[in-house]
Amino acid sequence: MDRNSNGYTFLFAGIMVVVVGALLAFAATSLKPMQDVNVKNEKMQNILSTIGVTDVSREEAQGKFDEFIKEQLALKVDGSTDEAVNAFNIDLKAELKKDPEAQRFPIYVAEKDGSKFYIIPLRGAGLWDAIWGYIALKDDFNTIAGVSFDHKAETPGLGAEIKQQWFLDYFKDEKIFDKDGNLVGVAVAKGNNDKVTKDDNKVDAISGATITGDGVTNMIKERLAHYKQYIDNQKGKLASNN
Amino acid sequence: MAEEKESLFSKRNRGLLSDPLNDNNPITVQVLGICSALAITVQLKPAIVMSIAVLFVMAFSNMIISLLRNSIPNRIRIIVQLVIVASLVIIVDQVLKAYAYDVSKELSVFVGLIITNCIVMGRLEAFALGNGVWRSFLDGIGNAFGYAWILIAVAFFRELLGSGKLLGFQVVPQSFYDMGYENNGLMLLSPMALIVVGIIIWIQRSKNRKLIEKH
Repeated sequence: MDRNSNGYTFLFAGIMVVVVGALLAFAATSLKPMQDVNVKNEKMQNILSTIGVTDVSREEAQGKFDEFIKEQLALKVDGSTDEAVNAFNIDLKAELKKDPEAQRFPIYVAEKDGSKFYIIPLRGAGLWDAIWGYIALKDDFNTIAGVSFDHKAETPGLGAEIKQQWFLDYFKDEKIFDKDGNLVGVAVAKGNNDKVTKDDNKVDAISGATITGDGVTNMIKERLAHYKQYIDNQKGKLASNN
Repeated sequence: MAEEKESLFSKRNRGLLSDPLNDNNPITVQVLGICSALAITVQLKPAIVMSIAVLFVMAFSNMIISLLRNSIPNRIRIIVQLVIVASLVIIVDQVLKAYAYDVSKELSVFVGLIITNCIVMGRLEAFALGNGVWRSFLDGIGNAFGYAWILIAVAFFRELLGSGKLLGFQVVPQSFYDMGYENNGLMLLSPMALIVVGIIIWIQRSKNRKLIEKH
């Protein structure tokens, strides 16, 4: 067959695409289970890092996770738990598209050195793409024990800095309720310029990353709002126990 | 074919392996693939993994293109080359994600960018399309090693001087720091990779008579 004819060219391209496609599909499906394990372990590492359990290697993640995380709850919007849903498997990306009534809100209850922590997963939009993270509350349901953020495609050196430790450290001991008891979350704000005031519901913004910072603010506020009912219920329980 | 009578490691074939290491180095002589040399040489480990990935992609893409060289329609040969390089790169990326997740996160887009690494496409177009399978395979490996040793040399100096470590282990002893030695933060920034490559080129040109330009 003439190597320069149109027919040959189409035939060659067609066969090539089918062969390459099949090969890649095979490689992708056969490696998928191992990749999923990596993603799962990384999620556990991120959750653990919010309560100060760092230096966990990927292999140890599962063991440490079982050690510190006592409960994994999937909450309904009214604050009751949905036993039918596995909290760890909730995909926030899919969940965010549903109505709040249909959504299930995962929360992890951790115990470390005798104190309880409540870890809430976050997800929102940065400048370019999704941002997500975890926020750990102390058992007063107000003080932040730690946070972890990650992003898909924020600008390196600017928005991408939200995952750096120095930024995450700002959030430590910040409060999510204002003085009047409203759930306001923590805002990433300009001109705050202090790292000491822990009851102003604000942390310092990153210069040049205003939109990513606003994304973090909105993400925290939007996500935490859905846990208000649960928090109130838990506080009520604590009060009646005392 | 005449080449089949040659032994597998004849002088000519050995030249394919050794030329790119020095006389015809893809980075220092042809000045290709600089982008990745800047980006992933902050530490030794990603540089080594990147080198292995490039080695795999180059050896196999050269081999496959050479195998198909008599059947590839001339008009779409660049597309065919791209498809083959791209699918090899995707396989590397998937394998890294499964077996070396941290490294794959660190290399992030740069694994994907092997597709655009001029060395790969350059060797396919210049060599594999016109040479036998074995010779193309050797050429791919030779060029990948030529790329790799520069990458690793640059990463060695950047990690050593920039963070006092090698492969993540502290090698500069604490007593040095106590006496006032400090890591050079500049080494961690991309421009220093260019300067290190420049110094390597300088040393190489002053040692290698063949590279000295005649006037």
